[in-house]
Amino acid sequence: MLLRLIFVVVSAFTLGFALLMVTARSLFHSALAMAASFLGVAALYILLEAEFLAGVQILIYVGAIAILIIFAIMLSRGTMRTAEPVVNKQWPFVAVVALSLFGLLAFLVSQVAWPARSAEPMGDPIAALGKAFVGPYVVPFEVASVLLVVAMIGAIIIAREKE
Amino acid sequence: MIPLSWYLVVAAALFSIGVYGVLTRRNAVGVLMGVELMLNAVNLNLVAFWRYVTPTKMTGQVFAIIVITVAAAEAAVGLALVIAAYRTRRTVNVEELDTLKG
Amino acid sequence: MSEIPFSLTWLIPLPPLLAFALIVLFTNPDKKLSARVAIFGVAVSWVLGWWIVLSSVVIPHFGEHAFRLAVHWLPAASSVLTVGVIVDPVTAGMLFMVPFVCLMIFIYSVGYMTFPGHLPQSLNVDGLDPRYSRFFAYISLFAFGMLGLVIAENLLMLFIFWEVMGLCSYLLIGFWFEKPSAYKAGLKAFITTRVGDTIMLAGMVLLYAQSGSLAFADIFSPGNLERLATTTVNVPLFGPTPWATVLAIMIFFGAIGKSAQFPLHVWLPDAMEGPTPVSALIHAATMVSAGVYLMIRMFPLVQAVEHGPALTFIAFIGAFTALFAASIAVAQNDIKRVLAYSTISQLGYMFAALGIGAYVAAVFHLLVHSFFKSLLFLGAGSVIHAMEHGHHATAEHGDAQEGSFDPNDMRNMGGLFRKMPITALTFIAGGLALSGFPIVTAGFWSKDEILADAWINGHSIVFWTLAFAAFLTAFYTGRQIFLVFFGTPRTSAAHHVGESVRSMTYPLIVLAIFAVVGGWVGIPEGFPGLGHILNNPFHHFIASQAEALGIEAAVLPFNPAPVSISILAALGGLALAWTVYGVQPVESRDAPDPLERPLGGLYRVLQNKYYIDEFYAATVIRFTIWLSHLFSRVDRDWIIDPLVNWVGRSGRRLATGLRRLVDEPIIDGLVNGVGSATNASGAFLRLIQTGRVQNYLVVMLLTALMLLALYTTPGS
Repeated sequence: MLLRLIFVVVSAFTLGFALLMVTARSLFHSALAMAASFLGVAALYILLEAEFLAGVQILIYVGAIAILIIFAIMLSRGTMRTAEPVVNKQWPFVAVVALSLFGLLAFLVSQVAWPARSAEPMGDPIAALGKAFVGPYVVPFEVASVLLVVAMIGAIIIAREKE
Repeated sequence: MIPLSWYLVVAAALFSIGVYGVLTRRNAVGVLMGVELMLNAVNLNLVAFWRYVTPTKMTGQVFAIIVITVAAAEAAVGLALVIAAYRTRRTVNVEELDTLKG
Repeated sequence: MSEIPFSLTWLIPLPPLLAFALIVLFTNPDKKLSARVAIFGVAVSWVLGWWIVLSSVVIPHFGEHAFRLAVHWLPAASSVLTVGVIVDPVTAGMLFMVPFVCLMIFIYSVGYMTFPGHLPQSLNVDGLDPRYSRFFAYISLFAFGMLGLVIAENLLMLFIFWEVMGLCSYLLIGFWFEKPSAYKAGLKAFITTRVGDTIMLAGMVLLYAQSGSLAFADIFSPGNLERLATTTVNVPLFGPTPWATVLAIMIFFGAIGKSAQFPLHVWLPDAMEGPTPVSALIHAATMVSAGVYLMIRMFPLVQAVEHGPALTFIAFIGAFTALFAASIAVAQNDIKRVLAYSTISQLGYMFAALGIGAYVAAVFHLLVHSFFKSLLFLGAGSVIHAMEHGHHATAEHGDAQEGSFDPNDMRNMGGLFRKMPITALTFIAGGLALSGFPIVTAGFWSKDEILADAWINGHSIVFWTLAFAAFLTAFYTGRQIFLVFFGTPRTSAAHHVGESVRSMTYPLIVLAIFAVVGGWVGIPEGFPGLGHILNNPFHHFIASQAEALGIEAAVLPFNPAPVSISILAALGGLALAWTVYGVQPVESRDAPDPLERPLGGLYRVLQNKYYIDEFYAATVIRFTIWLSHLFSRVDRDWIIDPLVNWVGRSGRRLATGLRRLVDEPIIDGLVNGVGSATNASGAFLRLIQTGRVQNYLVVMLLTALMLLALYTTPGS
């Protein structure tokens, strides 16, 4: 029962900040709300006993990506006049569509008899994860690292000042 | 014990909020933030399914980490594009970036 | 058998990829160095490739123990996706042809990619194309795609490389994007092939769902094929059809797009806007034949249902395209477009061969055709290049008489034989191979094998269609040779041409040798006198694979009837071309084509390619644009007027929609005809293209939502 209470609080925190993120007038506030929401997702990972992933989530999302976004906001600051609305004209329509998307997904989730937790993870999940990465998943792992290098080089070339 | 469906509903809500952000924000950085939210929702699903359906295999977590990697790459390239667009067009308003208009 | 060279197969595509990266990242500013890097990369692939080919041909019955190497890529739900390589006789044949032709064309490009004529001469700094390095980077990436496709061990990998080539093709067709016709041709190629690729991808997904794997070895296991052939699926209009038939036809659509078969052939002639080495490499020798290669690979699936509709369909499309494209080629004046339609026609030959079960003959014609068609394109490029220079020379002398000069137009040429003998001789060698000149040329042996197969197995419709197409082929080839190289020069530009540089002529000579001797490995054993000199090693090599896959590939008995008909068609076509264009050469560039009078209206229909492009513009394209216009109106009205007057207006909108749906297309179409339709579609297009990504995305999301709702409705 206590677990469920914690879950509800954490989810409310996550979704609340997510909503704040998409509605805030200031983009900077948006970015902060996003970081908070990501923190909530990390807490959900801990509830799911994926501690390593929670750490990764905080390091990469709350750390790196949030910082990157704040940098981008500051570098492109002053382009949006504050008098203008922060959302486009189609927002009421999109709100309806997004709500129906959520409704449909929630309805689908409620229609299925989901399994309860069947087994516990064996041994040390972090060690198992490490072994998985150098075992059956070694090719995706390597491909992901190549992708990162390519993305870094690409980002530098795109964003670099042309002389 | 928390039912699996609770996680799925939270993830669905997070995804829908992300969709709303992507489709309505006028600032390109705001759009990117919405995309990140959607990716997080997907990850939440992956991890929840891993824990409840196949906790003995690491597939779910592995995929989640790969999604995070791709998201990091996407954020880097996306923000570089924003900077480049800002430099050449002096705007990050996606409604003004409409050279695709025929 | 020695495993060493085979286990190195996976290295073959990598040097060009490395060259691509090196050029893009480092050597980009130095044009000469970039060209050298690209050539070195593909040369390494060539050496590796031929090493593997040589090690495989010495193994008797190689097809029964083909080499396969696969590692796990991605464990998916219940199966594992793999990456790996496969070397079997068909792969070996492709590895013989692809890297070698690539190398020749790379070398040729060094001389060809000089400063293009459509740019202002003030930009000319070193006489080379401003994007010289980029060109070599792109063709290196292309070589990577093609080599990867050839050795791919599963359908998914094949598809990935297939798309890499599609991208390169798009980039290279639009390489001179300053010309609007060039970038439009690039888009047209990309979008047209996309139609086929989408159906193919859907077919792959279904195939994966049905057999649980995309590896060729798993798909073609006898048990799986048996299951696919016996379980049926209910296809609308056609009733229960075996899975194997459905899947084979869906995958064949990918080949229709890539190999420019009817009805998706429209992109290939326009693709000639690209630089000529690209036309030779991508749109004649390698990429377009990848469609044929795909169907050769998938052949066990195609014939899983014996004498099934999949085979008939492929044979029909192939034979029809062969004749259709050959007839168009007769009336074209652009030297490259004649060759483009000829390529479409020859690819049709290969599909027809597959459709009648002539597996070995299809492989043979694929390889031989690549050699002589790339030779013809490079020869045409050499002519065009010379004509451009001739034009510049005339312009400098001040007697520029032509307002707009088209160096591709054969009516501007004539009498080039004496000015550029090497190009002329090699072009004629290629032309004779294409028209199937008996005994000496490679084209004769490969074409003859297809015709013999059709005759002996009793496919008389296919046989006569192909025989008539062969006659037309010989005729238009003869027409081209006489118009370009014989008679007297018809413009001052043609007076001032000279032989091309050595980096262009040497590849021509090498390819010409292959266009002649390449066919000798496949002389039928029963052929009187010649058959027992070599004993048809090619047939035995490929047939060992066919037998291992359970494909009928027996040595056919010799039959003089198809051979003599084939000889008659080739010589008859050439002779007719000689009487029409050779005896009395066309004198001036404005004179009407000698065919115009006897053929009358038919000539105009052929010259306009049966009006297929206009037909598509008036039907498919106009309908699509109009439909999206309707959607966008609905969408925009919602956005501007947020949900307030929605109910009130929807009735009116429905009326508008109906008016546009029923009234305007019919009235417009009847009254104003096709002309105004083109105009109107342009105006429509401008309206829907708001250019705002978010508007597009909403439509996408709505569609996904509707599909989701549709599939989850109880009872469906």
